Amino acid sequence: MSQDDDKAPIVRIEALNKHFGSLHVLKDIDLQVAPGEVVVVIGASGSGKSTLIRCVNGLEEFQRGQIEVDGNLLKPNGKSGGALQAIRTEVGMVFQQFNLFPHLSVIDNVMLAPMRVRNVSRQQAEDTATRLLERVGISDQARKFPSQLSGGQQQRVALARALAMEPRLMLFDEPTSALDPEMIGEVLDAMRELAREGMTMMIVTHEMSFAREVADRVIYIHKGEITEEGTPEQVFDNPRNERTQSFLARVLTH
Amino acid sequence: MDSTFQFDWQAAFDSIPYLLKGIPYTLLISGVGLAIGFVIGIIFGLLRISPMAWLRWIAIIYIEVFRGTPVLVQVLFIFYGLPQILGGPIDAVTAGIAAIAVNSGAYISEIVRGGVQSIERGQREAGLSLGLTRIDTFRFVIWPQAFRRMIPALGNQGIISIKDTSLFAVIGVGELVRQGQIYIATTFNALEVYLMVAVLYLAITLSLSVGLRLLERKGLVGQ
Repeated sequence: MSQDDDKAPIVRIEALNKHFGSLHVLKDIDLQVAPGEVVVVIGASGSGKSTLIRCVNGLEEFQRGQIEVDGNLLKPNGKSGGALQAIRTEVGMVFQQFNLFPHLSVIDNVMLAPMRVRNVSRQQAEDTATRLLERVGISDQARKFPSQLSGGQQQRVALARALAMEPRLMLFDEPTSALDPEMIGEVLDAMRELAREGMTMMIVTHEMSFAREVADRVIYIHKGEITEEGTPEQVFDNPRNERTQSFLARVLTH
Repeated sequence: MDSTFQFDWQAAFDSIPYLLKGIPYTLLISGVGLAIGFVIGIIFGLLRISPMAWLRWIAIIYIEVFRGTPVLVQVLFIFYGLPQILGGPIDAVTAGIAAIAVNSGAYISEIVRGGVQSIERGQREAGLSLGLTRIDTFRFVIWPQAFRRMIPALGNQGIISIKDTSLFAVIGVGELVRQGQIYIATTFNALEVYLMVAVLYLAITLSLSVGLRLLERKGLVGQ
């Protein structure tokens, strides 16, 4: 795959199965994501869409199948060895609840991982962090603590924090679901810009108009299975599966 | 029996210089004992939440044994019992330090466990997802937050252990209570002297409370 690495998928999920006790959360998921592609995963709550992207950076273990990210292989039941660390270093994640480190200032949140994981100097980490905070429009808040920021600002810091590791892939787990409505736009704008710059992204969201706009491909998950997959036009305008139709009817009318 | 008892202020004040000689022992035993207890508490508190069951069990047994038996029994066991095994005497101050260490260590283990478990799961996930190792995630993300939450409970334990050192009068450690007893043996002013002993304990514990309150307030910045 290294010969034609522009075409080779950066994520390759094969026959992925996950159980929570007796609950079969993910059923035979096959999915590939190409470099630069933006894949939006939609589905009802409890469908397994968050679990799916959490498997990609090993926050969830799975029981069967495999996930390959940028040449590193995740195996079932947490037996991936050093691959897990390698993947987490190359894959950034933005969470629904932001999960900023409340005891660290905004800029220290962004500097921590590059200094500890990539061994960059404090000066270099600070320069990168300053540039990233500028890019997401928070440079004037760098010395504040997360609790002094609005939800939208916190989520943009979380984005900058993930980008500071120069990830090859970004995962977004419902990044705007915990935000007040007036702050959703600023976070989506930052993500939109990231997509435009060519970042590979896997996004779980309920923001359907955003999905339609930025997605190269939309995936609909129902009860742990991919039941619909295609371009935003295909999935939103001409869904073939009746479950997708009724889900879209419910979310799009609201 | 004299029913017209007069509180002898002079006797109370006279006893103070003598009682003060006990304070270094009280502070030494509680200070060193708690410092060791803190290290024990971190180790066993973390073992207590280890993913490996046998490590958890080691911690549970340690905690239950030393939390479930009186400090007095522990120090008697160490001072009179252990020499029979070791074949040589144990210094009374050392026995006191050891008793405070193992006893406070058991309580602090539970404080550490509670503090670490109180940190939201998302914090760990955020650290790991950034590529930090599990150890770095603990060291830079979980522990600083957990420690801040532990301060009030650690303060409580400090105060309890300081007061527990008063029990070591029974093995002859020259701490506060012991100094009071010796003084009373010659002057018979039990009321005055024990009141002064109580006042001195209060002075120590109140300084600790005030110090911790300042530390907490400082720690609150940025939360």
